[in-house]
Amino acid sequence: MRVLVVEDDKEAAGWLVKGLKEEGHVVDHAANGPDGLAMAMEKVHEVIIMDRMLPGMDGLTVISELRRDSINTPVLILSALGEVDDKVMGLRAGGDDYLAKPYAFNELLARVETLGRRKSAEPHKTRLQVGDLEIDLLARTAKRAGEDILLQPREFKLLEYLMRNAGSVVTRTMLLENVWNYHFDPQTNVIDVHISRLRAKIDKEFDEPLLHTVRGAGYTIRAGQP
Amino acid sequence: MPVNLKLLTSSTFRLGAVYLTVFAISVAAILGYIYWNTAILLEQQIEDTLEAEVQGLAEQYRQRGPAGLLDIVNLRSRESEGGVYILTNSIGRRVAGNLPALPAEAVGERGVIDFQYPYETATGTVQHTARAFYIQLDGGLRLVVGRDVEERRRFNDIIRTSLLWALGLTLVLGMGGGLLTSRNFLRRIDRINDASRTIMAGDLAQRMPVSGSGDEIDRLSSSLNDMLDQINRLMAGMKEVSSNVAHDLRTPLTRLRARAEDALRSGNPDDHRTALEANIAEADSLLATFNALLSIARAEAGQAREGLHPTDLVPLAEDVAELYGPIAEDAGGQLGLSLPASAVVRADRQLVAQALTNLVDNAIKYGRNAQSGAPVIQLSIEIQPGGGHAIVVSDTGPGIGVADRERVKDRFVRLDASRSQPGSGLGLALVDSVMKLHGGKLLIEDAAPGLMVKLVFPPATG
Repeated sequence: MRVLVVEDDKEAAGWLVKGLKEEGHVVDHAANGPDGLAMAMEKVHEVIIMDRMLPGMDGLTVISELRRDSINTPVLILSALGEVDDKVMGLRAGGDDYLAKPYAFNELLARVETLGRRKSAEPHKTRLQVGDLEIDLLARTAKRAGEDILLQPREFKLLEYLMRNAGSVVTRTMLLENVWNYHFDPQTNVIDVHISRLRAKIDKEFDEPLLHTVRGAGYTIRAGQP
Repeated sequence: MPVNLKLLTSSTFRLGAVYLTVFAISVAAILGYIYWNTAILLEQQIEDTLEAEVQGLAEQYRQRGPAGLLDIVNLRSRESEGGVYILTNSIGRRVAGNLPALPAEAVGERGVIDFQYPYETATGTVQHTARAFYIQLDGGLRLVVGRDVEERRRFNDIIRTSLLWALGLTLVLGMGGGLLTSRNFLRRIDRINDASRTIMAGDLAQRMPVSGSGDEIDRLSSSLNDMLDQINRLMAGMKEVSSNVAHDLRTPLTRLRARAEDALRSGNPDDHRTALEANIAEADSLLATFNALLSIARAEAGQAREGLHPTDLVPLAEDVAELYGPIAEDAGGQLGLSLPASAVVRADRQLVAQALTNLVDNAIKYGRNAQSGAPVIQLSIEIQPGGGHAIVVSDTGPGIGVADRERVKDRFVRLDASRSQPGSGLGLALVDSVMKLHGGKLLIEDAAPGLMVKLVFPPATG
């Protein structure tokens, strides 16, 4: 994936660029708002990582400018402001996701990869499939190897989110935000319990596990070996 | 600003001056009315009497002729007290009356005149003023009938002078009184100003002077003092929080540092890895503590109040129960629900959900039943007598002693029983500040056995 990092802090930017390159991405870097805007205008990136506070031009302004020019590259906003209202403001300006500093690199990576994939995914699919696991988004039903799997509504939502991002790592925070719509971290790791319940329903009686735990990062659903 | 000028620009003085002006005008009007009633009316009366008398004499003249008139004039000249009379013939010579000569002012056919005439007293002759009515009769006779108005003149003068003096005194006394009251008032305000300046300079124990009279300045001072007390309380709270934060963050930071140092010394790459992973976990928990502190600060600052919308607590509670139910079940317990059809209050969904997850989380961690060792939690919504709603989370665990029920709402307070469990001691503090933001209350009660925590929301109206 080709990623544009717009971040003015040298150390943070260097660390981001290095980490993303190690994950096999092609990374460009801009250290201020106007440069970031100019580079984003080239429309060669699949994902933009945008710091909110930038010299020259505020990150949200850059995003608004891009969206006005119909450049719809997905943007992940990075900010030291982590409150729900700030998130809402960032997303309203045209950002696609929001991550508060400080963040774990795995969290950022998972979100960047999800964003990059979101663009290529067909938005109006009514069926999703991973290996022999299949869900019908209209009927809200799930089947594995032709067998019906009975899911609670929230379990279905969880599985749907995992399957929309099949092959990518999704973090616990992403699941809390997207499946439960909670923008805070509960004190206990509640997600793990829900994942293990889902896993019991979709993987337990089958030889090949589809739902995998990615240590230190989150979960991913995929068929076959990576 | 010099003291005198300050006095003159004070609002009390200006108010006093306006009041004095209005008062002086009223006094002048009253005195003027009195003067007019006494002096002017009396003079008018004299003139009327004189005119009537002259008319009467003229009538006598027409009926009884010059001789009759002469008799009457002479009679009245002798008998009348204070009356002056003169009757002259056609060449101007006196034929009757007590005046020595016709007054020079009496020209023309008829009219009213004031003139001076010689008045005989025991010691000699003095000039007195008289007011007279004169008329020209047939045959060149002229009749002047008057009254000595010297006494009245003097009386009028006295009245006029007294009235002017009264007005002057009113002005002087009013001005003096005004200055005195405004100086008094100004002095009290100045004392308040001095006190506030001392407080601003850093002496926070200083308070506004209260005279004890209970007047409006006293009430103002009392309000200011209450406000200062409140500020003091808040500052003391903040000081305590900052020192608590410093103290509670020192422990994990020390661990962080020690672990890194230890790993560096060891030189074994496996130890490095373990230490780094442990440090990341430690940093994450520090971050969680900071986030909780920020959430509390934000809720306490009241900034999130605009985020309050009519929210149904029922689906909110169902969501939290759905999130935590499996956790309780995995711990061998259960999370029971008893909810009404709906319970709408003004709330911020995220904050209330966060508060509720904190409570349920606590109940799962600390609310385990002593016999079974499992958390049995009941989550319900009650309608309050006043029309509000309360989310109630109760468990069958050891509960919290009466002595600790208020204390656990403070930041970083962890009861001994909970020290073995991970946690920041901020959970209930956050719940408390979230409830304050909603204009509600966090109540910690006895579920007998167990703990009952209530989130009480005021009615949705308003």
